[in-house]
Amino acid sequence: MSDPLSFVLSIIPDLVGGLWVTLQISLSSFALGMALAVALLPLRVFAPPPFSAFARGYVELFRGTPLLVQLLLIYFGLPSLGIKLDAYSACVLAIGLNSAAYQCEILRSAVKGIPEIQFLAAESLGFSAAQTYRYVVLPQALRVAVPALVNELVTLIKESALASVIGVVELTRRGEYLVAYTFRALEVYAAVALIYLSVCALASQAAKHLEAKFRIPGYERVSA
Amino acid sequence: MRDPVLLVEGLRAGYGKHEVLRGVSLRVGRGEKVVVMGPSGSGKSTLLKCIVRLVEPTAGRIMLDGDEVTSDHVDLRKVRAKTGFVFQQYNLFPHMTVLRNLTLPLEVVKKVPRKEVERRAMEILREFGLEEFAHRYPLQLSGGQQQRVAIARALLMDPVLLLLDEPTSALDPELRLEVLEMLIEVAKQGRSMLIVTHEIDFAKAAADRIVLMDDGVIVEEGEPAELLNNPKNERARRFLVEIEAGVKNLNASAQS
Repeated sequence: MSDPLSFVLSIIPDLVGGLWVTLQISLSSFALGMALAVALLPLRVFAPPPFSAFARGYVELFRGTPLLVQLLLIYFGLPSLGIKLDAYSACVLAIGLNSAAYQCEILRSAVKGIPEIQFLAAESLGFSAAQTYRYVVLPQALRVAVPALVNELVTLIKESALASVIGVVELTRRGEYLVAYTFRALEVYAAVALIYLSVCALASQAAKHLEAKFRIPGYERVSA
Repeated sequence: MRDPVLLVEGLRAGYGKHEVLRGVSLRVGRGEKVVVMGPSGSGKSTLLKCIVRLVEPTAGRIMLDGDEVTSDHVDLRKVRAKTGFVFQQYNLFPHMTVLRNLTLPLEVVKKVPRKEVERRAMEILREFGLEEFAHRYPLQLSGGQQQRVAIARALLMDPVLLLLDEPTSALDPELRLEVLEMLIEVAKQGRSMLIVTHEIDFAKAAADRIVLMDDGVIVEEGEPAELLNNPKNERARRFLVEIEAGVKNLNASAQS
């Protein structure tokens, strides 16, 4: 039996293969979540009651139930309605739908920080509601929300481990396979944890650069 | 006499149960510069906002350049694109450069091609000595510079009527002057203006007429020289004494 360090080094290439799938799942579901959030947000914030109630209901439904249950429902439940998805797609869909609820709330609080006068200014210039959203509200909300959104992405990277439950061979599932034929659970799962940790640390580091890049110029002077 | 650019008749408006405008009638001729003065809460700002229906009137009629603004069938976006509105502060969109702030409305609302808009925007920035700020962001500018850019943005839409809601009152005394000078210059170009302000100097230099409001009605109106020197209405006189005193305080604090 090899020493722990060389054992861990020997399984790294195998785990990195799984990491690749983990990143694909988290980035795709993050993108799906963002697209849905951008569509939900105006309903949530600006639309009259039936629409805003729908958006609020959506957010509460997905934040109020466990992601694992949502995943199982989509993967094992939808086939009874004739919708059959492969494990990977079910995973991206479940995490994406779930993340949309969180991203919508992140953007909503960013929108609340936009002074009322800017809406009046846009209106007085003749902008339609859709143009105000697209050119004035959304770009500012996204910029302000960068740190919170990166945080959400980090959460997704970790939550994507749930995909292993329905058999998607991502990082955690790779680990499980390795444990199954080496029986060295401690080293394998420690290595898996370390890989998650380094990826998330990298993402948080990148967040600082993104934040600086997308900060509204002159903003720091006003808030200081 | 030619058609006025703005005709307001019996305008009423309020917030909830509180009636802010209690029957205002007003006329602004083409090229005319009208200054609205009055104590805070007298309804000046609401009057301006009603004209482009940023506040909904409860009664009365507004005609702007041949369009009935108060009609249910009016194209509000078209009406708004015809006027230029400048607020007290924070008019500009902070996430875009000064140039983009100017070009976006024309491009989006009036569908003018980008190249053409940029040329016109640079022209107007140059005209008012603002071209060095074209690629800066609003929050990197002083309040006075921001307000001048906001006025330039309104002008770029080539409005039939410029509406200015206390454009200098949020500014420090030393920044007011540059905005006032720009406004006087704009006034000289012959554009119709309706401006809420307590700047007596502007009124004297550029206004054709002053309208004094109090408690939701117009209490007096007339030519600047006549009205400022010899107000007939008692409330108007008291108000003018107060702002004269305010101006003196402001000048004193600017000098100290």
